Amino acid sequence: MCLSIPSKVISINGDKAVVSVGGTTYEASLQMLDNVNVGDYILIHTGFAIQKISEEEALETLKVFEDFDELNNSIKPELDNI
Amino acid sequence: MKYIDEYRDKKLVEKLQAQIKTASTKQVTLMEVCGGHTWAIQKFGIPSLLPDNIRLVSGPGCPVCVTSRSYIDRAVAMSRLKDVIITTYGDLMRVPGSTSTLMLEKSKGADVRMVYSVLDALKIAQELPSKNVIFLGIGFETTAPASAAGIINAQREKINNFFVLSSHKIMHPAMAALIEEGVAINGYIAPGHVSVITGAKIYSGIPEKYGVGCVISGFEPVDILQSVLMLVRQIEKNDCKVEIQYKRVVNYEGNVKAQELMHEVFTLRDDWWRGLGTLPCSGLGISSKYSSFDAEQMFDVQVEPTREDKGCICGLILKGLKKPTDCKLFGTACTTANPVGACMVSHEGACNAYFRFSK
Ligand code: SF4
Repeated sequence: MCLSIPSKVISINGDKAVVSVGGTTYEASLQMLDNVNVGDYILIHTGFAIQKISEEEALETLKVFEDFDELNNSIKPELDNI
Repeated sequence: MKYIDEYRDKKLVEKLQAQIKTASTKQVTLMEVCGGHTWAIQKFGIPSLLPDNIRLVSGPGCPVCVTSRSYIDRAVAMSRLKDVIITTYGDLMRVPGSTSTLMLEKSKGADVRMVYSVLDALKIAQELPSKNVIFLGIGFETTAPASAAGIINAQREKINNFFVLSSHKIMHPAMAALIEEGVAINGYIAPGHVSVITGAKIYSGIPEKYGVGCVISGFEPVDILQSVLMLVRQIEKNDCKVEIQYKRVVNYEGNVKAQELMHEVFTLRDDWWRGLGTLPCSGLGISSKYSSFDAEQMFDVQVEPTREDKGCICGLILKGLKKPTDCKLFGTACTTANPVGACMVSHEGACNAYFRFSK
């Protein structure tokens, strides 16, 4: 019941949107979310859009690992020198 | 699929696994509060990816599991009324009440319908004006705004045969209560979708008052492992705080519109939780302004005396004190096909997740 799925907005009509999840389309209420545009990814929960998914943050979270790698690599030569 | 595949990347999972192993020196117990996390953790086999000194335990965040038998009994009693249609999220149909279930009542002729959204229940009420449609409102801050929207919409569209029986609860009092009770938890993997609504701000009291960190996590393997790593780092550095791992949808303030809907329709009341008992200001009752939509007020029914099942240890499991496999009935008398307790019925219940994915 607390699981929600990332869905892509296909069309908007008033406070309702048609969204697609892996090829299947559903109707979702936009009553709880402003500024939704076609093409946005939104989180749907029991028929309501509850949040937009931030692409920037999604990439940022994944990037954290790369930073860690860089950090590791930059430390490593120093360690090798000891 | 976008925003899913990236977070299931095997290389990232391995990298995180190594990072956790390096970072973690202490013996720690982390609790995943949300039933959705319990399901994901079992499905992806997360415990087997963690070093032995990190223990994950499930918590009280399965809405169906914490709901009282007397609530089910009340819903059962209402389903027996003439011209009543009970509408409910699927999980609740099979949850045992004291002597019956909604499923059983349906097989005996009651009109009980499974809906995906409160909006479907509203539609039924609109189409069948001679019937009284009661929606069973259960769940935490993720589902409560939806029930509130249902009531607001009913009022706006003058649908006066629509009612909500609320057992909605709010999450963070239970997290505090567990620590108060002395359950040894070093960090919380905090609920993802509850936090979309509430924002990270509601957890601030937990590190402040109890020195226990909270990391709000997404539901994919990379999310969960990263959250474990963040908690481990907090613990190792002795710097417990609220952090958000699930930044792509969770922020500090949450969904203000949804919060406003909730505040408009509900008022805080004391509520009973399986395992925890009655917690002050942890439940959401329908405020007097909307009492004409409150099924509890509008339908006077005789509710049978509550009878709990002997042998079911759901209460201890919801507090992280026992594992499903510690229950004598697990996998024998109690299975997903024939559940004894709510924790085996619900997809978000720990017993269900263990049973499903242990084979
Ligand atoms: S296995 Fe069944 S009886 Fe045992 S605690 Fe879980 S739900 Fe209750």
